[in-house]
Amino acid sequence: MRPTRSAALPALREDRANRAWGLNIVSAAVAVEAKNVSKIFGAGVGEVRALDNVSVTIRQNEFFTLLGPSGCGKTTLLRLIAGFEMPTEGSILLDGEEVAHLPPFKRHVNTVFQNYALFPHMTVAQNVAFGLEMLGKGKAEVQQTVAAMLKLVRMEELKDRRTSQISGGQQQRVALARALAPRPKVLLLDEPLSALDLKLRKEMQIELKRMQLETGITFIFVTHDQEEALTMSDRIAVMSKGNILQVGSPTEIYEHPADRFVADFIGETNFIEAEVTERIGDDGRIKLPSGIQVPHKVTTSAGVGSRVTLAIRPERIDLVKADADAHFTGKVSNIVYFGTDTTFHIDLESGQGVTVRMQNRLGHRDVLQVGDVVGLRVEPEAMQVLRD
Amino acid sequence: MARAHFDVKKQTGFTTIALFCFVMLYAPILTLVVYSFNAGTSIAIWEGFSWRWYESAFANEQVQDAAIRSVIIASFAAFVSTIVATMAALATTRTRPFTGITFIFASINQPLMVPEIVTGVALLIFFAIIKIETGYTGLAYLLIAHTAFCIPFAYLPIRARLENMDLSLERAAADLYATPWRTFRYVTLPLLWPGILAGGMLAFVISLDDVVITELVKSAGQDTLPTYMLGQMRRIMTPEMNAISTVFLAISILMVTVFFLLNRKKS
Repeated sequence: MRPTRSAALPALREDRANRAWGLNIVSAAVAVEAKNVSKIFGAGVGEVRALDNVSVTIRQNEFFTLLGPSGCGKTTLLRLIAGFEMPTEGSILLDGEEVAHLPPFKRHVNTVFQNYALFPHMTVAQNVAFGLEMLGKGKAEVQQTVAAMLKLVRMEELKDRRTSQISGGQQQRVALARALAPRPKVLLLDEPLSALDLKLRKEMQIELKRMQLETGITFIFVTHDQEEALTMSDRIAVMSKGNILQVGSPTEIYEHPADRFVADFIGETNFIEAEVTERIGDDGRIKLPSGIQVPHKVTTSAGVGSRVTLAIRPERIDLVKADADAHFTGKVSNIVYFGTDTTFHIDLESGQGVTVRMQNRLGHRDVLQVGDVVGLRVEPEAMQVLRD
Repeated sequence: MARAHFDVKKQTGFTTIALFCFVMLYAPILTLVVYSFNAGTSIAIWEGFSWRWYESAFANEQVQDAAIRSVIIASFAAFVSTIVATMAALATTRTRPFTGITFIFASINQPLMVPEIVTGVALLIFFAIIKIETGYTGLAYLLIAHTAFCIPFAYLPIRARLENMDLSLERAAADLYATPWRTFRYVTLPLLWPGILAGGMLAFVISLDDVVITELVKSAGQDTLPTYMLGQMRRIMTPEMNAISTVFLAISILMVTVFFLLNRKKS
């Protein structure tokens, strides 16, 4: 049942105002919940554990991304939510209702397929109308909704074309309109942009975000492209080998990666080994390989004397004079100019290589040369202590 | 001699071999067609053009009788075997692989592998027992036999089409609230239709054409066109046989052409 519209109106108006500023209001209500879900394919020696005891909560109105390399289980999780696969163990709740063993046609979720899967024997408009007709909507309502959806995806003019007579980008839009037309509680998108070329992909990223804001439908988006995930998502779940490693906003994921895999998969990272020398509660001090000790929050279980790995983003390192203020010293081994910024490869005294990225805000200046000795400074909060 | 790539047309003797094959294939048929218009009674001595053998063939009540029976049997066999073949094709491509699927696949295609004469003899003996028990000697024996050996011919094009069909289309239909029956009705069936038609027509032609099994299974007075022709040829050969054959040939060519066009469309 649909929540009464009138009661939610003031809030909705506020929503709209915020959305005009590009802010998405994610409600606290839960749209999808996976509880201890495992999926095993095959049996015996050929057994593959595609998902290993995964739990995740996806909120209403959220643009939620499942991000990970191929084979990490992200598509399997999506298919479990859609109903194309049944979980081996665990439960899947949609709007608080157990759906794990319902067939796809009984779940109020729709999917945008990677290859679009448009019906080749139907026109664009017939494709968009299909879901509504199967739900038994009246003719007038179907026509009205189809028109509105085609307008949303800007495909009104091509509504009578066969799907084989339109381009890949247009097929993508039709697939979106078809999946959105029945107003699903959740829209599932299975790497929908991977078949498009770069320019179209960038356009569609913005379009998708716009559609999500306009419709207010929960989007669950599967991708292996970290940039796509960072630019579009409200929250991201990073997956690897059938597990969810971290769930958080793009900033959290990028600035505070929980472990080495997340830090490495998203963006570029320098990994530096260090040692905890003091710890009282979360406050502690860590000793860098250069021997310098810095105060630092430690949120992992690492005790005094234990070795930890720090993740430091290349753009969070400052190049300074090699004096007492520097956290590290090293020698410039390579300089690469990228236009917007310049990347310096520096060999530390410990022998480890570190990448530093500087924006060319004042234009590129050849201050440093290969072979120069420099100091490196990192703000303590830019050093992320990783989970083991 | 420098050649950019291998081209079979440039092999010595290619044209000669090709021409030889064409002549071997079509010269007898051409002769048959030409002599169907012979004014004389010989099938080997040309005595001028005439439609007389066509007229006599069409007027021949035995030919009419056999032709009608052939069409009835072929229509029935094609219709029933296509339905069975469609269901079999769906069951062998749209379910999770199950134990015994290979066995089922083999048994569907059994008529393709067992020599026709063996099937014919087996049916003859089997039906003879039933005939003795029940006393029934009607057309049902031929209808059943033809339906059975037509199934694999109808099955193959339907299965091929199903295998080439994108599974995600049916998944998309299910995702858009279509029950399994509606998915079949609105997505699978419209896309499968050319395959079903092709399978049906192939089954029709195969049934129309059959001699061995029909000859063994038929009761007295149940000649189909091919068994009638065979029977006549044991006596006197007149160009009437040529005329019937030519009409037969024309129908076959028509069916095969339609079959070809159907398969080419949308694939």
